[in-house]
Amino acid sequence: MKPASHHNQNTYIGGHIERVEDYRFLRGEGQYLDDISRPGQWHAAFLRSPVAHGRIRNIDASAALAMPGVHAVVTASDIVGEIPTIPFRRPNPTIGPYAQPIIARDKVRYFGEPVAMVLADSAELAEDALNAVTLDIETLPPVIDRETAMSDKVLLFEHVQTNIPTVFNADKGDVDAAFAAADFVIRDQFYTQRQTALPMETRGLLAEWDAKLGKLSVSGAAKLPFFNRKAMAKMMSLPEEAVDYIELDVGGGFGARGEFYPEDYLVAFGARKYGHPVKWIEDRREHLMAIGHSRECSSDVELAFRKDGVLLGMRGSLYINIGAYVRPNGMTPVRNAAQFMSGPYRIPAIHLDAHAFVSNKTPAGTYRGPGRYEGCFFIERLMDQAAAGLGIDRLEIRRRNLLTHAEMPYPLATVLPSDGRAETQCDSGHHLEPFELVVKDSKWAEKAALQGKLIDGRYHGIAIGSFIEGGASGPQENVRMELHADGKVGLYAGSSAIGQGLETILSQIAADSLELPMDRIEVFHGSTNILKEGWGSFGSRATVMGGSAVLDGAKKFIAAFREHAARRLNVTIEEVTVSEGVARTADGRSVPLAEVAKDGINVDGSFKNQTPTYTYGSSFAHVAVDAGTGHVEVIDYVVADDVGRIINSMTLHGQVMGAAVQGFGSVFSEELVYNDEGQLMVGSLADYLVPLASDYPVVRCHSLENYPSPTNPLGAKGAGEGGIIPVGGVIANAVANALSSFGVKPNVLPLSPSRVWEMIEDARAKA
Amino acid sequence: MKVEFEVNGAAASVDVTPRMTLADCLRHELNLTGTHVGCEHGVCGACTVIVNGDAVRSCLMLAVQAQGAKVTTVEGLSLEEGLTPLQQSFKHHHALQCGFCTPGMLTTLHALLSEEPEASEDRIREVISGNICRCTGYVPIVEAAMDARASYQQARGDK
Repeated sequence: MKPASHHNQNTYIGGHIERVEDYRFLRGEGQYLDDISRPGQWHAAFLRSPVAHGRIRNIDASAALAMPGVHAVVTASDIVGEIPTIPFRRPNPTIGPYAQPIIARDKVRYFGEPVAMVLADSAELAEDALNAVTLDIETLPPVIDRETAMSDKVLLFEHVQTNIPTVFNADKGDVDAAFAAADFVIRDQFYTQRQTALPMETRGLLAEWDAKLGKLSVSGAAKLPFFNRKAMAKMMSLPEEAVDYIELDVGGGFGARGEFYPEDYLVAFGARKYGHPVKWIEDRREHLMAIGHSRECSSDVELAFRKDGVLLGMRGSLYINIGAYVRPNGMTPVRNAAQFMSGPYRIPAIHLDAHAFVSNKTPAGTYRGPGRYEGCFFIERLMDQAAAGLGIDRLEIRRRNLLTHAEMPYPLATVLPSDGRAETQCDSGHHLEPFELVVKDSKWAEKAALQGKLIDGRYHGIAIGSFIEGGASGPQENVRMELHADGKVGLYAGSSAIGQGLETILSQIAADSLELPMDRIEVFHGSTNILKEGWGSFGSRATVMGGSAVLDGAKKFIAAFREHAARRLNVTIEEVTVSEGVARTADGRSVPLAEVAKDGINVDGSFKNQTPTYTYGSSFAHVAVDAGTGHVEVIDYVVADDVGRIINSMTLHGQVMGAAVQGFGSVFSEELVYNDEGQLMVGSLADYLVPLASDYPVVRCHSLENYPSPTNPLGAKGAGEGGIIPVGGVIANAVANALSSFGVKPNVLPLSPSRVWEMIEDARAKA
Repeated sequence: MKVEFEVNGAAASVDVTPRMTLADCLRHELNLTGTHVGCEHGVCGACTVIVNGDAVRSCLMLAVQAQGAKVTTVEGLSLEEGLTPLQQSFKHHHALQCGFCTPGMLTTLHALLSEEPEASEDRIREVISGNICRCTGYVPIVEAAMDARASYQQARGDK
């Protein structure tokens, strides 16, 4: 008989492992929100404000209520007492008055704000009835742009007297001294346009109220089921245990889906008030006006350099249009843009003030790489302009300023007022490594000759840029591991799945640490009824936080197995060794894992960590610009990052490449356009132009794991967002490089064909 | 009103309202929820099904228009158990993440490769440019389709 070997090396972690969740998705057996129904369920549809800013005079629902199949029309007057407001995830001292009420009572503050909810037998009947509700609104002057908002002439919240909820200050060192000592200063103004994450599955929920038990169940949870349960329980005046959030398959998140939205409360309110299950699934037009927007940021930033290209300081101002209310994470992009703009560069002195202002637009929240994408665009544009001004090669100026391993941990600017994470530092890494890898793989040296060249009617340009990506958002993650009768291990995780392959990742980590084949791990996740407490998937945290909790759980699981086996074998625990699902004694007796199922193993694992990880990397673009049409083709795009430790190279590359292509949408085509009245002019996917298969065929990526994170036992870092962060800066610099003969400055995004063409025409007119 | 058609090889007879889309009929009346609805205006392609051999957006087609047609959904592309070569290729190339666009991608590519098993990469990109995927960046989907061509070429050869 072959002796059992104790394999102490990993078999799954780091592999190119096909995903366990794919089978059901490929067979059409995934279960998304709109795939479930309940007997007797009603459907909800929302009447939304048709104007950006106004005072509600009257809502008359009598005609709607008279329609067959229509059961109720819920308005603010159905809410007893104060209208609940949605709690903040990252509160600060000044944002309280700007919280979003779950339904408009007196004022409407954006086009699309929920004013009433119709409940009917079908979604069609509910939508029909919306047209029969008469809404009388006195229109107020809309506040759309930065100048109007910051003048405070028209106030969104009269009782607070300012449209600026918070100004964050990011500080480090003595910035005035740095600028006074500088040989060279470059300053410019920039703008990134309003966008949204646009997951393919629109939002939806199914709420059920069990009157006998006094329990509320909300299906369709994503991202933060445990936080949202707390929020719902508080707003409903229910004990937390009386609310369950149930996760189904989720058709994409990207930061926007799964936050607590006004509709979440209203759907649950309807279920509780009328005793029927209530289902709601939004349509795409509604989605565009109601889910969190992001990225609308203008800036005025300057960098100070020594004449050899060494960075001395950065200062400036940012202005972020956060829309009509401060949503749960509405301030995240604002404070992030300030804290992370220095990114991968060594900047000893920093002062940035980041102004969040409200406007009569859809409230903003996070979108993949929140604030980081914006900040990276600003600083990378300035780096290229500084290289030109100083007469230093664009690669060389970056090499002189990229962070090195010797400097780790490297502190970033401190952001006040504090939202709990005022201070942070890059945890590990040598930023020159992915940079040089990209330089080499992109064949920069060969392509350098193409810069600004006109070939077959198109101008060619290249650029490189670098980024950092924060991950592993705290504070904790939990798992429970339970031995099932068939010898399989049930892994119950507080992390949630939003399409990123969580089941596979956690299975790999559990299988390795339990020394079991992956098919003996069954992952359950993201629902509040499987664990007492959990956190979820946000801020690129699920692998690091959830995975580290699995390691802890596995240790305890094996300890429990040894204990049971020792008792069965009548030996001390110390005499038992466990490997590959079998407990053994030195004299050759053994107990397989399945056998102790009757004894029961049910252990909790957790991982606490408040220290973020910082994945870092660089990317390269080669573009060709058609000066006649303004069209930009991305001829090559390469990205390399170091993620500390690769758990699954296949899903990692999927994250990085997918994020990069999303970034092309950000740079070239996606924009939520408003007119002067505050009407959203984008109502369909024919207006909101996301990348298509024919648009960007060439994207390549490389992943490194040379500098594990010291913050967690896996050594892993978050990797879901990095791919999108440098795209704006790198593409804009490549376009600037291509059009260097015209001297254009692509400082305003998106670089749509019309904008590129206009930049060229303006430059020609001036010449 | 009553509409009768064939779905995945079986006869279906459904009472529908005149305004019901084929997508809603498949999903809510026939419980074939593998067909997804992402935009309801014919842009995203998630709801693509095969009607008489052609890839069709079931959100833009009324259920009553399917009278007498042969309809194949993602469920109908699947074997009793296991994965078809195209599905297997998607898994192998990590051509799906959240899985929401996947049924539409599979039906679109199945219709294409059944007709054109030699389709070039450009042709594949052109055809699936009517299907939005927000997760993958399309590169692995195209690779999966390229790899799956062999099985369609073989199937044609076997005929």
